[in-house]
Amino acid sequence: MKEIKIKTRDLSLYYGAKMALNSISLDIPEKEVTAFIGPSGCGKSTFLRTLNRMNDLIPSVRITGEVLVDSLNIYDKQIDVVNLRKKVGMVFQKSNPFAKSIFENVAYGPRINGINKKTTLEEIVEKSLKKAFIWEEVKDRLHDSAMGLSGGQQQRMCIARTLAVEPEIILMDEPASALDPISTAKIEELIFELKKNYTIVIVTHNMQQAARVSDLTAFFYLGELIEFGKTKKIFTTPDKKHTEEYITGRFG
Amino acid sequence: MIWKKTITGGLFIGATAFSAILIIAVIIILLVVIIIGGKETFSWEFLTSFPTDGMMKGGIFPAIYGTVLLVLIMSVAAVPFGTITAIYLTEYAHEKSILAQTIRFAVRTLATVPSIIFGLFGLGFFIKFVGSGMDDAFLGGQLKWGQPNILWASLTMALLTLPVVIVSVEEAIRTVPRELREASLALGATKWETIKRIVIPGSRSGIMTGTILAVSRGAGEVAPILFTGAAYYLATLPTSLSDQFMNLGYHIYIMATQSANVDQTMPIQFATTMVLLLLTFTLNLTAVIIRARLRRKTK
Repeated sequence: MKEIKIKTRDLSLYYGAKMALNSISLDIPEKEVTAFIGPSGCGKSTFLRTLNRMNDLIPSVRITGEVLVDSLNIYDKQIDVVNLRKKVGMVFQKSNPFAKSIFENVAYGPRINGINKKTTLEEIVEKSLKKAFIWEEVKDRLHDSAMGLSGGQQQRMCIARTLAVEPEIILMDEPASALDPISTAKIEELIFELKKNYTIVIVTHNMQQAARVSDLTAFFYLGELIEFGKTKKIFTTPDKKHTEEYITGRFG
Repeated sequence: MIWKKTITGGLFIGATAFSAILIIAVIIILLVVIIIGGKETFSWEFLTSFPTDGMMKGGIFPAIYGTVLLVLIMSVAAVPFGTITAIYLTEYAHEKSILAQTIRFAVRTLATVPSIIFGLFGLGFFIKFVGSGMDDAFLGGQLKWGQPNILWASLTMALLTLPVVIVSVEEAIRTVPRELREASLALGATKWETIKRIVIPGSRSGIMTGTILAVSRGAGEVAPILFTGAAYYLATLPTSLSDQFMNLGYHIYIMATQSANVDQTMPIQFATTMVLLLLTFTLNLTAVIIRARLRRKTK
């Protein structure tokens, strides 16, 4: 068993008075792909966003319990949320390139970290784009607007942008849900490659995708963690009836 | 019964079309009258020379110069201040906090205050309070800042145009998608870095249009500068912030009411009006074009 990278303990989240996550305890191992599945509104995306404190941005959100990343509680007052987000990168459902060139998009993170030397930035940008398997497609137009890329290319560029900050964990919120099958396949291939060096947590609506890319799967329903285990087991012999029903498509 | 309905319907369509045409007609008549009245006088020389013969002849250069200077100083004051306020309102203040609501109420109220009130406020606050205070404190009571000048006039005008800037910038900031802010924050940017690198560049069109609309408003208003710095006639251009200045709108008013022979200065009035209209039309048009172009770009 690999080391545990992220650990949550009795994590509950409320939107105002409404409970959205109910006492979630979960261990996410290092350098593996963990998938969160479940029907819309089950809390899987909300849960993902507690792992890099993106929910902080919503004023009415209240959180109890603990999230430990490398054994440090990230909701501790002494934790610098900016450093946390450098360590725990995030790729969003809708590709969200800045209205800048491809180069400036990828260089954004390094720049805010104070790297301004052109040669260093060029190295980082090239390395990140290569890791995201998009270098060959964009190397001749790095200074063109990122808005000119196709949806799938934009998403891989966004992954490159995340990689440029050198995170240890990458959270992916339905990264391929808006993409065509070929682009989706590329993203999945990329995830497979990235897990050698990164801990990956992915939220997906697509059950086949979860089965294909992940090592572990967590099934959420109505804000509760119903079942969590090896992907193979979850998809063949789940312990809970609920999980089985969802996976076999009897509800969802 | 059907013919009755047809007639009422027809009448209604006629009425709406008439109102619409009336508006166009008003603008055309306005322009035609002004152009006919002013075209004889309007020339390069008119734009670049000083008034002569007790303002009965000559050009309006000092009034153009004063107006441009006024709106420039006004923008330097109003745009950064308005932008910062808009950023505070959209990014930092909680939507329902008492402070934010008070600011919004103040901005709305400020926008409805009659412009002459701004003039009186400028006289009371900037000249009598701040200006005289400065004279007492630094010049031993010698009169320098405690009288009308271009600085106080510009600041008064800045107060008047502040709501225009705030509203335009706020509107633009709100169009910056949440996804982009999240992307920036998720890369480890602080809130301020996100505002500086994503939100403000994304709101450029709003800041630009806000500025131009404010300038166009400021160029056309007369009431706020009546007591605060506009001069009837000056033989020299203003060279310091404590100098008075001439102004296009005020010049028209003077020519129309204070001139020794109003009929004789009529062509000058028309030509000056033409210049002022041209100036504000061009500014507004530029604002519209910039806004359209930047909107297209962000799409």
